[in-house]
Order: sequence, then structure tokens, then C-alpha cells
Amino acid sequence: MSTNGLYQGPAKSLVRDSISIGLATGTYGISFGAIASVAGFSFWQTQTLSLLLFSGASQFAYVSVLAAGGSIGSAIATAALLGIRNGLYGMRIAQLLKPTIRQKIWFAQLTIDESTAMANRFDSNQELSKRAFLATGISVFIFWNFATAIGFVLAQSITAPEVIGLDAAIGAGFFALVAPRLTTTNHRLTAAFAVLIALSLTPVLPAGLPILLAASAAVIIAFGNKQ
Amino acid sequence: MSWFGILAISSIAYFTKLTGILIPQRILEKPYFANLAVLLPTALLAALTAVQVFAKQNDVVVDARFAGVLAGVIAYKLKAPFIVIVITAAVVAAILRAII
Repeated sequence: MSTNGLYQGPAKSLVRDSISIGLATGTYGISFGAIASVAGFSFWQTQTLSLLLFSGASQFAYVSVLAAGGSIGSAIATAALLGIRNGLYGMRIAQLLKPTIRQKIWFAQLTIDESTAMANRFDSNQELSKRAFLATGISVFIFWNFATAIGFVLAQSITAPEVIGLDAAIGAGFFALVAPRLTTTNHRLTAAFAVLIALSLTPVLPAGLPILLAASAAVIIAFGNKQ
Repeated sequence: MSWFGILAISSIAYFTKLTGILIPQRILEKPYFANLAVLLPTALLAALTAVQVFAKQNDVVVDARFAGVLAGVIAYKLKAPFIVIVITAAVVAAILRAII
């Protein structure tokens, strides 16, 4: 990577930051690999989710809905709805980095929370922004996939999943994913409403559907904001 | 586990990203959709948390999972890394089950 004087400062911190973001997501990756393994996914199925689906929240959701006895349809729908935000990030990335058509095809796979946030941080300089996006996207991709494999292998030594509190681990994992989002009244209202919908529908609907229908909390709150 | 679902959701997720990066940014100018896309993960993740902690088939119950996740919440408040939060929850739930 060339370093010309003007950009040396930010470019240096850019590489360091993208590696530390990759390392941090690695700890999610270990948890994902372990949870998927215990939930009954094979090594290559778990690894395929990390390589191709490559979106932490969607991967956790897909695995947990199936592990709880939900249908493939509701697992796919829940994970797909969680991925809609990545489409929005894609629009931002196109606007910010002006990629060529060929670049768009592989940039799309790297368009996730972390890489978009880093591209946004350098939004005043297209060149730096692109470097930040790529460095973070590639770093997270590598750490995430190695961590998934490590987590899967580590979990193979566990014999009785219910004894080790795996269900509580998944619950805490989802909490750690949602908690940082609850910074505004809108988000808190949406979360509270979603919990209410999901739990009140649990006694009457098959597993997976209450979660899917809780998505309507976001529709209602967003509509309320429009008024 | 079926390969069909894994490949289906992987394709859907990729094409969602690709669609976003390929289409003109007009939708971003509609605040309702931008707002909705930001709130959607919050709703789903909150629901996933609640169901994971309280649902047992078709019942809503409070058991060792709740205590485990509560311990995880404390770890989160203490700014522990993700893996520590998850392990704390698992260990506390497991210990409670062993005692009771």
C-alpha cells in the first residue's frame, strides 16, 4: 500500500482499526461456529454460512430459528429481513465509493455493518473511504471465517449441549447484538413492542413465526414517525 | 440440516446487497424506508432475544436461561467482549441447572 505524506496518519490508523475490528468480530465468529455445531449443522454447512451468508445477525437467527424447531421458511424469512439493512448499506457504498460494475459484484459481498461504518468515517475522501471499506471488509471476512472454524472444532468436544447452557448463550448473544442499537427512543419503543408481539404470539403460533411477525413493530413505529 | 435452506438464504442475502449497490439511490431519499430499514433489525433481534430466553415450545416460562442471560447482561454492562458475555450466560445457566 502506498503512503503519501498527506494520508499517512489516517491511512495508518485505518489499517490498525480494520484489523482490530476484524479481531473483535472474531469472538462473535467463535460463538457462531460453536452454536451451529451444537445445533446440528455440519462443518461445511457452518462454514458455508460464514463464507456466503456472511452477516452475523442473519447467521445467528437462521441457526437459532431452526434449532428451536422453526421451519426452513421462517428461518430464511427472519434471516432475510435482518439482511435488508445491507441493501441500504449497498446504496450508501455505491454513492460513496462510485465502484465500477465489476467492483460492485464483489464489493456487495463485503457490504456489512463494520465496513460501511468505516467507509462512512472517511466520507470526505473517496480514496481513503474505499481503502477503509476494503480493509475492514476483508479483515472481518478473514477473521470471521477462521473464528467460525475454530468455534466449530472447539464445540465438537461438548457432549451434552443442554448441560452447558447453550440456550442461555444464544439468548445473551442476541442481547449483545440488539443492546448497542437501543440508543434512541424509536429503537427502544420498537424493541419493547417487538418483544411484546413475539411473546404474546408464542402460545398460539409455531416456532419462528412469532419472531417474523414481530418485524411489524418496526413497520408501525416507522409509520408513526412519518405522521 | 438441509443444504437447500443454507444456499437459499445465502443467495437472498447476497442479492439484497447487490440490489442495493446497483439500483439508483432514490429509495434512500424516502425517509420512511430508510427509517424502516434501520428499525427492522432492532425489532427482529429484540424478538429473537425474548423468544430465546422465555419461550419453551408454545409456553412462556422463566427458568435458568433467564438467570444466565441476566448474568450476560451484567457482563455487557461491564463492557466485556462478546465471547465473555456468551460464556458467562452459559456457565450461570449450567450451574443453576446442576444445583436445582
